[in-house]
Amino acid sequence: MKDLLWLVPLFPLAGFLVNGVLYLISHRTRGEAADAHGSQGAPALAAAPAPSVHGENPAHTHAGSSAHDPAGHSPIPLKTAHTVVGTVSVGLSCVFAFLAILDVGIGRLSEGAAHVVTLYRWLPLGVNQAVGQVHGPAGEWFVDAAFRLDSLSALMIAFVTFVGFLIHVYSVGYMGHEEGYGRYFAYLNLFMFSMLLLVLGANFLLLFVGWEGVGLCSYLLIGYFYDRDAAADAGKKAFVVNRIGDFGFILGIFGIFSLFGSLDFGKVFPAAAAHPSAYAPYLTLVCLCLFVGACGKSAQFPLYVWLPDAMAGPTPVSALIHAATMVTAGVYMVARCNVLFRLSPDALLVVAVVGGFTALFAATIGVAQNDIKKVLAYSTVSQLGYMFLACGVGAFVAGMFHVMTHAFFKACLFLGSGSVIHALGGEQDIRKMGGLASKIPVTYRTFLVATLAIAGVPLLAGFFSKDAILAAAFEAHFASAPWLGRVLWAAALFTAGLTAFYMLRLVSLTFWGKFRGGTEQEAQIHESPRSMTVPLIVLAFLSVVGGYVGIPMVRGGDRIGEFLHPILLPLAGAGAHTAAHEAAASTEALLMAASVAAAAIGLALAYVWYAKGEGAVPARIAARFPGVYRAVSNKYYVDEAYDSVFVQGLAKGGGRFLWDFDATVVDGAVNGTRHVTVGLSWLSSFFDQYVVDGLVNGVANTLQAGFRGFRRAQTGRVQNYALVMGGGLFCLVAVYLLFR
Amino acid sequence: MTITINHFLILSFLLFAIGFFGVLVRRNFLTVLMSIELMLNAVNINFIAFSRRLSDLTGQVFSVFVITIAAGEAAIGLALTISLFRQRKTLNVEEANTMKG
Repeated sequence: MKDLLWLVPLFPLAGFLVNGVLYLISHRTRGEAADAHGSQGAPALAAAPAPSVHGENPAHTHAGSSAHDPAGHSPIPLKTAHTVVGTVSVGLSCVFAFLAILDVGIGRLSEGAAHVVTLYRWLPLGVNQAVGQVHGPAGEWFVDAAFRLDSLSALMIAFVTFVGFLIHVYSVGYMGHEEGYGRYFAYLNLFMFSMLLLVLGANFLLLFVGWEGVGLCSYLLIGYFYDRDAAADAGKKAFVVNRIGDFGFILGIFGIFSLFGSLDFGKVFPAAAAHPSAYAPYLTLVCLCLFVGACGKSAQFPLYVWLPDAMAGPTPVSALIHAATMVTAGVYMVARCNVLFRLSPDALLVVAVVGGFTALFAATIGVAQNDIKKVLAYSTVSQLGYMFLACGVGAFVAGMFHVMTHAFFKACLFLGSGSVIHALGGEQDIRKMGGLASKIPVTYRTFLVATLAIAGVPLLAGFFSKDAILAAAFEAHFASAPWLGRVLWAAALFTAGLTAFYMLRLVSLTFWGKFRGGTEQEAQIHESPRSMTVPLIVLAFLSVVGGYVGIPMVRGGDRIGEFLHPILLPLAGAGAHTAAHEAAASTEALLMAASVAAAAIGLALAYVWYAKGEGAVPARIAARFPGVYRAVSNKYYVDEAYDSVFVQGLAKGGGRFLWDFDATVVDGAVNGTRHVTVGLSWLSSFFDQYVVDGLVNGVANTLQAGFRGFRRAQTGRVQNYALVMGGGLFCLVAVYLLFR
Repeated sequence: MTITINHFLILSFLLFAIGFFGVLVRRNFLTVLMSIELMLNAVNINFIAFSRRLSDLTGQVFSVFVITIAAGEAAIGLALTISLFRQRKTLNVEEANTMKG
């Protein structure tokens, strides 16, 4: 089964193709009857299939379809087909993923065995002539289409396919009423394929293909409701911001290729681990480039701005792509490249600081948000910051551990919020909720469990992974800044308290107290169908037990640590200076107590202020510090700053500059040429008129003026001439006679 | 009183002067032509006078030539007169001043 690894991404791809073709065919025959609703003239986003009859009168096309096709493609069997294809393909993918992992053997994976399935030679790139350590060994340059199953990718495909499957099932219920059901499942399957390609790819290029694929699907699914401007804009924003990150990432890939002469994980990392001193000087730049990519995909400061807006997409998409899987791709990539990062303490320092700052920054924003999905979005950004903090302090295993537990409880939270939104018929403002606990009990209980898990309540999943990160941060020592570890630890601890606070605030505003919406709305509140509640229950269960693979301080308890240990290739020569040190048991217990205390304080404050005090205290605080409150609730005006600096400043200002350049310099050159030509021809004409003609006329005038007297002699009268002739003759004869 | 060559020369001079004066001052083209005839005949008298005085026939031969050429000259002059009249409807030589500079 392990050699059939390629089946894992193949199933979702097949699902995508079948669903996409079905959707296209059904829209070719049925016209745009289904999608025409609410999308008058709105252009289909990007690659969205644009049937030729788009925008026709819906009644007409509907009548036409029923006339042509009385019994055939009625929407219900088509919908069933979409459902079956969409979910079963991912389900099969999940089954095969687990079969492959079992076939390789969990024990063998945890010993460092990596199973590589090479499909074909993808890009033959010629022969490497330059022999040298820094440019990689001599030999052929090539990139294979190959999948790699090691402990890291096994962990990733396990939870990606499983959570993905649950969310597909959930989507069946959640998206049942939406238009473009087939399109949704086609995109979701394409996303699963891309994500699995990203995780399973055995080299950086295949990883990058998956990376771009998930970015595309993210864009398509954020803009799923493309008739809403907010969704379309959010999709574009996500895509553009991700491009910035991807630019860094691809520069990093170029750097790796030029250093190692290969993009294969199985060649690059052992080479770097074997000759640390040869590669280390170049790796800081490469790692920072890679981290820019990770920042874009995983929504780290300053590229996090797209993720909160991405909540414009359907809620299951937010759960799957923008919480559980895609946004953790950056963490996965950093963990995958841990050998390179460990060789560059400076890059690790940047990762840790950016991660720690993002965690705190986003958590403070999350405190003052009123949209249920926005709170969860900022929570996601904050938790991703945690994961990067873990990677930055060298605790890659703790980071991946948190990726996994976070996937469970954050997916559960998002799906729970989807269930709430579903129950309230689209309401997302928590100020208009409240008192839902008794009306939608399953959603409430699962949401509460996941909340406690993310808050770090002991014995739930989030507690273990968060604690591992806090301990690693506390023990981290950076050569250039010894105090930084403690600062990051304090920030992370404060963040943990904030997380507990805003999550319980969310719960109390949503589920506790009295319902604050309209009575008509209240009457229609209903628990979601089983296709939605079952995934919630499963995820809530995993949020409880998911942490037990990494119990600290117990011999043999840290299973995930042992399992993932092989990805941390030992570096030749000196021991890793940034590797996490094993904390003493007493210290660790103390740290644990601190994090529990932080969570308890956060939960208690939220309970007292929101559940008991009905928000009076926070309102007073907001009134007391209006500036702070405004800054936080407006997300520190980061979007506005980006808008003024980059959009207005660079883009429009740049456009203005280019316009001015065009108007003054280019047009100036053209007009200048014209002016010069006109001037020259004027000069030439002047020369001709005055100098050349002047010379000619001058000669004529001079002669005319000079010989005016002679003109008078020419009277034209013959008699005058005769007189002169006679006179002349007389004179001559007179002279002759006188002077003879 | 005997008629000497001086009388002939004086007659010839007077005729020539009258003719020349006529050529210079008369406005009518025909009169000018006639004045030219006067001048030619003054020359003929001169020739004949010297031929007689010197007993040489060359002078008489020359005067025959002159008479012949005078006939030709009169013919051309009259043709010019007709042509001038056709062009200008006048015989005033003052008006035939196209060559004025």
